[in-house]
Amino acid sequence: MIEFILNNKLIRTNEPSGAILLDFIRKNEKLYGTKIGCREGDCGACTVLVGSLNGNKVLYQSVVSCLSPLGNIAGKHVVTIEGINNGALSPIQSAFIKNNATQCGFCTPGFIVSLTGFSLSGKKAESAALRSVAGNICRCTGYKSIERAVSIIVEKLRQKSPINSLQWLIKHNYIPSYFSTIPNRLKNLNAVAQASDNETIIGGGTDIYVQKADEVSESKLGFIKNQNQDPQIFIDNGKCIIDTACSVTDLMQSKVLHDIIPGLRKHLTLVSSEQIRNMATVAGNFVNASPIGDLSIIFLALNAELIISNKGNKRNVLLKNFFKGYKQIDLGKNEIIERIQFSIPAKGFKYNFEKVSKRTHLDIASVNTAICISLEDEIINDVMISAGGISAIPLLLHKSADFLKGKELSVETIKKASEIINSEISPISDIRGSSKYKQLLLRQLFYQHFIELFPKLFDIKKLTTHA
Amino acid sequence: MHNIDSINHVKGESVYIDDIPQQEGTLYGLVFDSTIAHGKIKKLDFREALMLPGVIKIFSAKDIPGNNQLGAIIQDEPLFAEKEVHFVGQAIALIVAENELIARKAKQLISIEFEELPVITDERKAYEKKQFIFPPRTFKLGNTGKAFANCDYLIEGTVKSGAQEHLYIETQGAYVVPVENGCLKVYSSTQGPTSVQKIVAGVLGVAMHKIEVDVRRLGGGFGGKEDQATPLAAMAALAAYLLNKPVKLIYHRFDDIRMTGKRHPYSSDYKIGLDKDLKIIAFEVDYLQNAGAAADLSPAIMERTLFHSTNCYFIPNVRAKAYSCKTNLPPNTAYRGFGAPQAMFVIESAIAKAAETIGVDTQKIQETNLLNENDEFPYGQIAKDVKSMPSWLQLNDKEGFTEIKEEISLFNKQHGHLKQGMALMPIAFGISFTNTSMNQARALVHIYQDGSIGISTGAIEMGQGVNTKLTQVAAKVFSVNEKRIKLETTNTSRVANTSPTAASSGADLNGKALEIACNALLGRLIISASEILGVEKSEISILNEKVLVINKTVGLEWEELVLKTYLKRINLSEKGHYYTPVIHFDKTKEKGHPFAYHVYGTALVKATVDCIRGTYALEKVNIVHDFGKSINKDIDKGQIEGALLQGIGWVTMEEILYDEKGILMSNALSSYKVPDIFSVPKEVNIELLETEGTDMAIMKSKAIGEPPFMYGIAAYFAIQDAIKAYNPNYKLKFDAPITYEKVLLGLYEGE
Repeated sequence: MIEFILNNKLIRTNEPSGAILLDFIRKNEKLYGTKIGCREGDCGACTVLVGSLNGNKVLYQSVVSCLSPLGNIAGKHVVTIEGINNGALSPIQSAFIKNNATQCGFCTPGFIVSLTGFSLSGKKAESAALRSVAGNICRCTGYKSIERAVSIIVEKLRQKSPINSLQWLIKHNYIPSYFSTIPNRLKNLNAVAQASDNETIIGGGTDIYVQKADEVSESKLGFIKNQNQDPQIFIDNGKCIIDTACSVTDLMQSKVLHDIIPGLRKHLTLVSSEQIRNMATVAGNFVNASPIGDLSIIFLALNAELIISNKGNKRNVLLKNFFKGYKQIDLGKNEIIERIQFSIPAKGFKYNFEKVSKRTHLDIASVNTAICISLEDEIINDVMISAGGISAIPLLLHKSADFLKGKELSVETIKKASEIINSEISPISDIRGSSKYKQLLLRQLFYQHFIELFPKLFDIKKLTTHA
Repeated sequence: MHNIDSINHVKGESVYIDDIPQQEGTLYGLVFDSTIAHGKIKKLDFREALMLPGVIKIFSAKDIPGNNQLGAIIQDEPLFAEKEVHFVGQAIALIVAENELIARKAKQLISIEFEELPVITDERKAYEKKQFIFPPRTFKLGNTGKAFANCDYLIEGTVKSGAQEHLYIETQGAYVVPVENGCLKVYSSTQGPTSVQKIVAGVLGVAMHKIEVDVRRLGGGFGGKEDQATPLAAMAALAAYLLNKPVKLIYHRFDDIRMTGKRHPYSSDYKIGLDKDLKIIAFEVDYLQNAGAAADLSPAIMERTLFHSTNCYFIPNVRAKAYSCKTNLPPNTAYRGFGAPQAMFVIESAIAKAAETIGVDTQKIQETNLLNENDEFPYGQIAKDVKSMPSWLQLNDKEGFTEIKEEISLFNKQHGHLKQGMALMPIAFGISFTNTSMNQARALVHIYQDGSIGISTGAIEMGQGVNTKLTQVAAKVFSVNEKRIKLETTNTSRVANTSPTAASSGADLNGKALEIACNALLGRLIISASEILGVEKSEISILNEKVLVINKTVGLEWEELVLKTYLKRINLSEKGHYYTPVIHFDKTKEKGHPFAYHVYGTALVKATVDCIRGTYALEKVNIVHDFGKSINKDIDKGQIEGALLQGIGWVTMEEILYDEKGILMSNALSSYKVPDIFSVPKEVNIELLETEGTDMAIMKSKAIGEPPFMYGIAAYFAIQDAIKAYNPNYKLKFDAPITYEKVLLGLYEGE
């Protein structure tokens, strides 16, 4: 039995925990405002909000319901467009009409839900509002009218009171009044989907539901997200420790991580869309073992370590040793990744992440790479460089790093290192680019690390033969 | 006036095919399709699949009571492959089950064996093997052979443009419900309800009047649902007819993108000749259209390519020849622009290559050759009301091309790894179906006795706002509040023999038919009012729902007038019929006057390239567009912005890739990328060109759907202009789309 609140209605269902939220909404509940566009989280037409209890408040995040198993919404508040409609139009809906930001209308409910999620967040910036719809594709409008609507919405929300923002939103008709009853109602719900033996363990589901939705939707699954109510990111003994159930959004919101790597938030905006970031877990990105997994690349350069458990037995594996071959990982049948940890590098280290994909946002990288480097008196003391899309696994570039260690930072050294990189990689031609392109792109992104981190020492002209 | 659907849209209350409440006992279809691109079916066995509980039946070619045929122009495409398959995704059977999950499981249990045959995916290979869908056609003006001898500059080259997936967010779908006497009600997400009706009737072997096609709206079409919504309706109808049960068939996105056709890829060879004053004297071009495995709409699309071979330039000597090449890809189909973007990309490429070769600015050649009043198009039509130069000049007045270039040049000096570039794209797009007989439409108007009005036409609402414009037309003719007017679904039982909503002509054709019907009714109401009031009918008019006698109110209002007219037993229903006058075309001579009018305009695109990462952003698009007298600027502006971005997508990031076996590799939204909100030009400025419009357009408001798509082509050249600023050794490429990959390789070309 899974319990949750759908809009203003308590749901208690015996559907399998792997059943897809989108189908539940449309088929069981006959709510047709949530649209089916792609079933792979890439269009946003099925966006809903999921509210989780946090103390006496409910925190809302947008998710794509096509990749959401019911198990992950147990004990939560799910809001579809019907749960936002409230007699008169909300200011978000009105802004869309006034700016002609809807044409065929099929993607529109997804946009409205995403922006309602933005209104419920503490964020105010226009860039954050735009990011909230980065996972919503519109094929008709060309987005300019949507941009105009968003900027009016942002302007209006500036007046939102930070103290009692939920009441303010209700008063100004952004959301119906029943939202204020949700915290108390959620407290009474069972937040854990019933577990069973022999389970497949899933995180956010954002990959497995693309690959084999039918298979998992009939299964009983285990959910790392609701075994672990409050995933933590903390420092212990010089190590930064991340609970496996943390989503990408949790990483972005972590002050601990931000203090260690101030640029990380910006880097993580290149990972998928807001909806997917709200769902996808760090562990899931590792287990998926994609040779271009962004989080794998980001954490490889930090020489992260996984803590893997099997019914109480624990072992540690370095992330760089976790990937055995194409889509092969060092994880036994009953093992799960419990935590990820990395040693906080010595003071003064620098970190950068680069990614180029066919489309800058909500896309899978052609090549991605991260670097973690520390210097002592202009001499490279330590350096880790990771790269994806250029090998069967997310790769740590050992040879070039070994070459760089102990060398002075100079154009010649960096150019030489880039030649060594070529001997370490074996890119193949595929949908994300030709091998020739990936090789050139990695060189460029490798150069970009140094241009970004040491702008006084490097520019692209010095590094390439173009003068 | 905002789109009349917008309130329901923002509330998620608009109904699309998949949202129609289902009847008890509805069954679900799933297509079993070919996994290979070319081969013979050696064995096909449904037994195991049929044993799965919940599977009702599996239909294949042998179950078809009528013709196993989908082809509208050429009968060359079976609904279900019988002995051979010709592309990956070709339908072989329809599984019907109690739910979609059972159907998907059953699909895994069907066993099939093929004998594979050679696969051709490339149009040039098909051309070499002389595999054509239909014979080539040639348009001629003057004598290119002689003219080339007198040219100072001769430039030759090849040009390629890629396929484009429509990516309507609502996938293809149909829901078919049996009604009594072997009749069917077909809900289809189609731009062409009559085409659906005709093909369904043909497949079932029944008369057209037994099939009622009903369309509320589409979640996007863009041409992709002009012809290719039909097979779904036909398959669902076949099952519904034979089982006497409601059957629903909605494509999963993966099925949709794999099974349906795209914008045609083209490979073209050209030769262009200019004199020393940069006048283009002669132009020869061979277009190789990649039609895919069957004709679909390719003949008409190829024809429009030929019509637009010279875009908005006057070239006195032209020979344009087009071949429709048969390959083992899903039949390619209509897509906004309908072959014209491919043609315009070739002539713009030829001009850009000529400019690079001669060493002048591309804009100089463009401007020198812009079309003027009374110039002759290669197909014999004389250009009238030409707005090429006016739109070019107004765009330059708005923000001078020279100043923008100086600004760019300064920016490029100041920035090491960021470089900017710009390009201009003037357009002339012909309005009318090139098949003259399709330029007709009907509208049915009822005025109910309470004064409310119901309108049915052949137009399909797919987001382009045609129903809003039609509401405005009726409101204007009757001078009543728009709230009185309801746009009914498009239904073949109310309006028959419709042309598809396509060719940018939906508002013109249906609007004109509506105007005729409304005027007829207005005439009756005025006679009725004159009788009620006892005054001459010439003294009567209706303004804002009030009857006026010599411009003065007399206390008789719309509702009372309607009721009294009804009580006088006067017909308050009317059907309007419109066909576009003047147009004609003689295919034996390839000459005539095929277009009611042309739409003109010019766009400027400014781009910035990141020369480290090989990525780009579009800074600005300035457009001066010939709307005529727009009846709805909100909607028309939305059409420009939307078409522009689709055009930009086509030439920049949207890359359809098939492998050598004919399997689509860009087979999902995760691998086929369309522009998102961050891919949009930072600024889009649209300015109106003050023109009189034309009486051939609805209320002088010119057609808007397709022409602005081609403004996007400028992005391709603006990006290359920026690449050249970084890498002076770079040679212009003519192979769209210009992906990040091509940009990076170009930036470091010759390194």
